[in-house]
Amino acid sequence: MKTTQAPLLEMTDIDKAFPGVQALSKAQLTLRAGTVHSLMGENGAGKSTLMKCLFGIYNKDAGEIRMDGKKVDFRDPRDALDNGVAMVHQELNQVLRRNVMENIWLGRVPLKRGLVDTDKMYRETKAIFDELQMDIDPRAIIGSLSVSNRQMIEIAKAVSFNARILVLDEPTSSLTEKEVTHLFQIIRHLTQRGVGIIYISHKMDEILRISDDVTIMRDGMWIATRQAKELTTAEIIRLMVNREMTQRFPPKTNTPGGVALEVKNLCGKHEPTFKDVSFTLRKGEILGVSGLVGSRRTELLNTLFGFYAKESGDILLNGQPVDNSQPDKATRNGFSLLTEERRATGIFPQANITFNSIIANVRSYGKLLLDSKKMNSDTDWVIDAINVKTPSKRTLIRSLSGGNQQKVIIGRWLLTAPEVLLLDEPTRGIDVGAKYEIYSLILKLAGEGKSVIMVSSEMPELIGICDRILVMSNGRMAGIVERGKDFGDIPGEQETILTLAAMYV
Amino acid sequence: MQHAKTLNKQRVVDFFLHYAMYIILLAILVTVSIIKPNFLALGNILNILKQASTKGILALGCAGLIVLAGTDLSIGRVMGFSAAVTAALVQSVTYRSRYFPEMVADLPLIVPLLASIAVAVAFSLINGFGVSKLKMHAFIITLGTQLIAFGANCLFIEAQPSGTAQALSTFNQTFKDVAAGDLILGTVKIPLVVLYFLGLAAIMWVVWNKTRLGKNMFAVGGNEEAARVSGVNVVKTIMLVYLIAGVLYGIAGFLEAARIQSVGANTGLGYETDAISACVIGGVSFSGGVGTIQGVVIGAVILQAINFSLNFIGVNPYYQYIIRGLIIVLAVAIDVRKYIVKK
Repeated sequence: MKTTQAPLLEMTDIDKAFPGVQALSKAQLTLRAGTVHSLMGENGAGKSTLMKCLFGIYNKDAGEIRMDGKKVDFRDPRDALDNGVAMVHQELNQVLRRNVMENIWLGRVPLKRGLVDTDKMYRETKAIFDELQMDIDPRAIIGSLSVSNRQMIEIAKAVSFNARILVLDEPTSSLTEKEVTHLFQIIRHLTQRGVGIIYISHKMDEILRISDDVTIMRDGMWIATRQAKELTTAEIIRLMVNREMTQRFPPKTNTPGGVALEVKNLCGKHEPTFKDVSFTLRKGEILGVSGLVGSRRTELLNTLFGFYAKESGDILLNGQPVDNSQPDKATRNGFSLLTEERRATGIFPQANITFNSIIANVRSYGKLLLDSKKMNSDTDWVIDAINVKTPSKRTLIRSLSGGNQQKVIIGRWLLTAPEVLLLDEPTRGIDVGAKYEIYSLILKLAGEGKSVIMVSSEMPELIGICDRILVMSNGRMAGIVERGKDFGDIPGEQETILTLAAMYV
Repeated sequence: MQHAKTLNKQRVVDFFLHYAMYIILLAILVTVSIIKPNFLALGNILNILKQASTKGILALGCAGLIVLAGTDLSIGRVMGFSAAVTAALVQSVTYRSRYFPEMVADLPLIVPLLASIAVAVAFSLINGFGVSKLKMHAFIITLGTQLIAFGANCLFIEAQPSGTAQALSTFNQTFKDVAAGDLILGTVKIPLVVLYFLGLAAIMWVVWNKTRLGKNMFAVGGNEEAARVSGVNVVKTIMLVYLIAGVLYGIAGFLEAARIQSVGANTGLGYETDAISACVIGGVSFSGGVGTIQGVVIGAVILQAINFSLNFIGVNPYYQYIIRGLIIVLAVAIDVRKYIVKK
């Protein structure tokens, strides 16, 4: 490994304060060319803030950034990009209605005699895709592609800028195992070309698999930088949370009771969708929903809640048919839905914590005039009971970290005292400590007799906390596996589920 | 030390951003009162408030639509139609060329008021239906309905017995007393319309801040998809906000007829600009989900104060247009800065 010359990127003693919070305090990061450097820490540890300081989205209060030993100070992400520093965000910002190549060359379309040179754009896009072994049509409309393809396109875009430093923020959160392998191939290909990669993720196994170096942050401070081969999952967790974490999952405490929900031959209406899904869900039971990307798990949840239209089939709650044709009806029927896309369908960014907490429950604060006292005390409850880290309840939700936003939305639903909780990727993009809290919360809710359906791409967490797992495959139900029989300390459990998931692919 | 200073500086900048509009506009008013000290006479102030009232009521209505991330271009024409219907129903029964010759006694005022509201509500509900059900952009549907309202209003006015399109005038005394009268307190005459405006503003404050509809309205304006997932009935919320806007436009039309005393086809022309400007100056954000009733009231008053003072010191009317345009541009420029997430 090349260690003699100046590091590709060196960030030293970075400070950044926001009113009331010291977000970064002497943070540092040193990236060597041709390596993958993982950046780890709980939500709010300062990883994103550090990256935003690098890209000039925030002005740092103090500290120095050097590239190849030369001091740099990027004005904005575009300036960084022009200097070979690119970032692929967890939440993709793409022009959904335009095609792939226009997105890649956005802002710098090649011209010929003053007009757009479409042929050149196509050729160069295709060349990059070929190099990265990506099979995507440069003329496809971005919005019609899967999230994983869209993510790959962002990486290709960085490559097209000849980026020498590439920051990947939670790149695998919506990818299947196969896609992750492909992504890692691309990453290795890039490091061989000398690109330095800053990899932000919460997934321990991936980090240990792909990284050369790992930097751990806590409370805005640099804690440690180690070589990945010297580290173990337990060690990383200890450094991140400063406490030993003996188990990743809390003990199972819920005991399922009588049948609460029955779903019979449910079919979604608008393609792409699923058909013929039937299952029962008992009181106090946690039913996992597993499947590959594109298996229509999210569509199933959204249709149960009336957010997507239903073609046919029945939904019975406690033996009575319920009309969940619209989300407001479903809410009244005791259902709640935590959506996968927090920013698009979860938070009200311009509003404060109070508003975000009470909005689903607004009909319980009085017929004509709303009871402010009760709304305030309910918000306090959300903040205390679910441990939301916020300066005050009047803070705008968009200034909280992703994990804390997620907690507020879970709290929003708990206020409505739902009978059936539909959770779509409840721990997506959330750090280990907060994940554990959310698992405990889900188990506690089930223990109180609530029925939970939980979609997740992380098989260990489904195996860790679910009673049964419904496996979807290509829009159809492939089967339901049971704890104690098919999984839960049973050898080959993951293979059983994966085999089902691949049944109709 | 250094740290405290930068924080303080940030706070000062924030303060100016937040109140910049008010500061600039107050500066204009102070300048005017220095040039002409008699500007600050009570009579002038009441006059400003009186002129601000009908447009203020329109602004109260359309502010909700702007919070929903929409707008309303039909305000002026719809209110004009409402005012014409009001006028036809309140003409003095001794006036020979009245709209309804068969009318021989004054109608109870509730009749023209309800008729005026009904007209405005009908148009508002069409707009609301287009936005909520047909998913049209508010700009487009209201662009259409303002033409429809204008055409319908012209037909209505033309249908008078004389067969001409002359303005409807000569109203009965009760109407004038109630809609355009004054509350006399000693030597001070407070225009009733000002009290109506403030009363309606108070009601709207309660609707926005203390009711379920208010919360739902901010939810739909802030993030429609998230609102739907949170169990908000989006269609119903939008329809109700439009319904309320219609009621307010109807009331404004009723009062405006009394204020101008003669309603023609062009009554209300361009009022939407004033109503929307008042909202924008008052901090209702065009990106949706943000705004306060206090802001709208202050916006309406300040806007009228500017108009009045420019007239008062005799600024060329063409310059007045330019200045008013600049104020709107400035208001939006500042408003946008408030929500840019740059740190």
